[in-house]
Amino acid sequence: MKVAVLKGGKSLERGVSLRSGARVEDALKRLGHEVVPVDAGADLVERLLEEEPEVAFVALHGRGGEDGTAQELLEMLGISFTGPGVAACTLCMDKALAKHTLRAAGVPTPDWLALSEVALRELGAGEALGELEQRLGFPLVVKPSRGGSALGVKFAADPAEVPAALVAAFSYDDRVLLERFVAGRELAVSILGGEALPIVEAIPTGGDRYDFEARYEIGRTRFECPADLEDDRAAAVTGAALEAYEALGCAGFSRVDLILAEDGPQVLEVNAIPGLTDTSLLPQAAEAAGRSFEDLVERILELAHEPAVAP
Amino acid sequence: MADTPTGHRRRAHTRTRDIERYAGLFAERTGVMRSSAMRDLMAVTARPEVISLAGGLPDTSTFPPQTFAAQMTRIAQTSAAEALQYGPTEGFEETVDCILQVMGAEGMLPDPEDVIVTTGGQQAIDLITKTLIDPGDVVICEAPTYPGAVPVFCSYQAEVVQIECDEDGMRIDELEATLARLDGDGRRPKFVYSVPSFQNPAGVSMSIERRSRLVELARSREMLVIEDNPYGLLRFGGDPLPPLYQLDGGDFVIYIGTFSKILSPGIRLGWAVAPPPVMEKIVLGKQAADLCTSTLTQYFVREYFSEGHWRQYVDDLVEIYRGRRDVMVAALAEHFPAEATWTEPEGGLFIWATLPDYIDTGDLLARALRDDVAFVPGQAAYADEDLGRNSMRLNFSGVDEGEIREGIRRIGKVIDEQVGLYKTIAGAGDGVAEGAAQGARGAGASADGGGREAEQPSGDVNVLPFRKTGEGSA
Repeated sequence: MKVAVLKGGKSLERGVSLRSGARVEDALKRLGHEVVPVDAGADLVERLLEEEPEVAFVALHGRGGEDGTAQELLEMLGISFTGPGVAACTLCMDKALAKHTLRAAGVPTPDWLALSEVALRELGAGEALGELEQRLGFPLVVKPSRGGSALGVKFAADPAEVPAALVAAFSYDDRVLLERFVAGRELAVSILGGEALPIVEAIPTGGDRYDFEARYEIGRTRFECPADLEDDRAAAVTGAALEAYEALGCAGFSRVDLILAEDGPQVLEVNAIPGLTDTSLLPQAAEAAGRSFEDLVERILELAHEPAVAP
Repeated sequence: MADTPTGHRRRAHTRTRDIERYAGLFAERTGVMRSSAMRDLMAVTARPEVISLAGGLPDTSTFPPQTFAAQMTRIAQTSAAEALQYGPTEGFEETVDCILQVMGAEGMLPDPEDVIVTTGGQQAIDLITKTLIDPGDVVICEAPTYPGAVPVFCSYQAEVVQIECDEDGMRIDELEATLARLDGDGRRPKFVYSVPSFQNPAGVSMSIERRSRLVELARSREMLVIEDNPYGLLRFGGDPLPPLYQLDGGDFVIYIGTFSKILSPGIRLGWAVAPPPVMEKIVLGKQAADLCTSTLTQYFVREYFSEGHWRQYVDDLVEIYRGRRDVMVAALAEHFPAEATWTEPEGGLFIWATLPDYIDTGDLLARALRDDVAFVPGQAAYADEDLGRNSMRLNFSGVDEGEIREGIRRIGKVIDEQVGLYKTIAGAGDGVAEGAAQGARGAGASADGGGREAEQPSGDVNVLPFRKTGEGSA
């Protein structure tokens, strides 16, 4: 099969995406497919029209690739593609929208309030900030609504730390979440074609729970898969993850990040197109389930959607 | 690449358990090597449409291609076999002759026996650190310091202590206080690392009084000073200052030089000058690291210097960089907000700007990249990840004047945005503003950040420079 691997792009996660893409290309070649690597730039459409791939393997992360933009384009060109569709990607990318959807569907997610830059600048939303903080309580996690990885995610221990944390988060998006901090174990459930893979637990080795960047560095976080959980706790986690995946309309594959608190799991976010690098969580989970990376890639390819409007 | 035999590529075979296995094999010192989301962010700065004020690049487009071609041709015609061969670990005598000319231009007269040619100045930093530092040893450097030195010190597991700079360079009074404190703990720093002239990243130069005092301290305490001087000849104004090496005579000052900023960084040629006992160890280290510095590029430098025009080329660069510095300083005055300060260097390649402490320049960079402009977040110049968060390094040598103007305009615009936003937020709630201004530094730092201020009594080490908008002297 002729497969275009879409990677790179302009997002801040370009580096990770290039690594995901390169690894997928290797696997596809070994599986006997004809591979067309495409760095998603200004010539993306031209390349796709010229190459006429049967399927596009979307290995893009962050804006422009994981947020529905590339998927819309592929719909337009009538090319089948891997991973979730336009609507699910758009929802997952926007944490505020995703959390509304989760809550409406009865999926547990930490309390939050979202705030747009326009509301602050033009509607005097700053006046309500104190009350808002009071309702959520401290500590708070402040994060850009549409942002990937740990960039711009700040921990505010008290009101004095909130304004700078907001300014930082607004560097990445014009809407920001203030989320109640939930203490607990950090878990990730990868889902492949509607089936949950073994749970991965991220265990910080440095002991600093609030260092969000540590999660992305080898050596600063240890990953355990399958996570050491009692059966009923594991079932609750997997259940919540599947509900989140369904509620957001994901398809193909995705990764659900959760916190397991005393009183049960809380879904933090869903990554529509999670990383596929050597150190990424989805491949680790697949491997724990007995699937090699090639198997995983082949299965993702099988699950690719047909375009909504046939060419 | 189409015919790469994919069956032999390693990456495909890496499994999760392999990663775990490697993790168990990593040396302890790799634990302190830093890599992070920030590195991915810096990768984005390489996009062609980005105006990058982030590099430390000299403008190599000013070097005449025909000169390069003529020299390489001459090497091929007269000494191809030798140029393609290994060379001595210490470097060729002819290269050392060129080095003596460069050092002589700043008034230094080292013994040629004390010189080793290295693969760039960076290798000299590495070899000297390798020679002198055991895990846990104290290294003292400036705050901020050369961002490329921090990973070297960290990889040898040094404890890095940084001494605040002001517009006259490293604060020697603070250095003395720190030395006394270390004495009290029974600790003796192995060396003080300094870029005394047109410092990277701050752009400031150490005053003659401080230079003399530093050298006195080195002599009286028998303490080594590493003088890293890549920019000394790139002076746009003011009187030349004597290098520490010259003041000391080479007993306690180890000198690092480079051809990178006066000729080309691509040839990877630098050097170190050290007293014979130290040099002996450095040579052993160099042998273990890479046997010898590139023979081919040493031949190139020899050819180039034999023409006798190297000073003229440096003077040409100085003219170009002075113009760019002026443009950047003017653009900063026009586009940066009143709350910002910046240095106005009399040479070198960099300006260091400091913003209100509620702005994190790492996040600001993410925002700036959306407008296709980049700089180096100040944090890179500190060993402590919580410091330098509201500063940035701006390079004026690597891009032309039009791009400097446009780049600074774009950065100024995003800073304005953030300053406005902060004022809106902090000014809104009752009393939030005051508390926020003090507490802002903590935001974004890890939760235990508050406990780490012990070493810095003022809690504020970003005291560099610092002319306010409009007070510029240029």
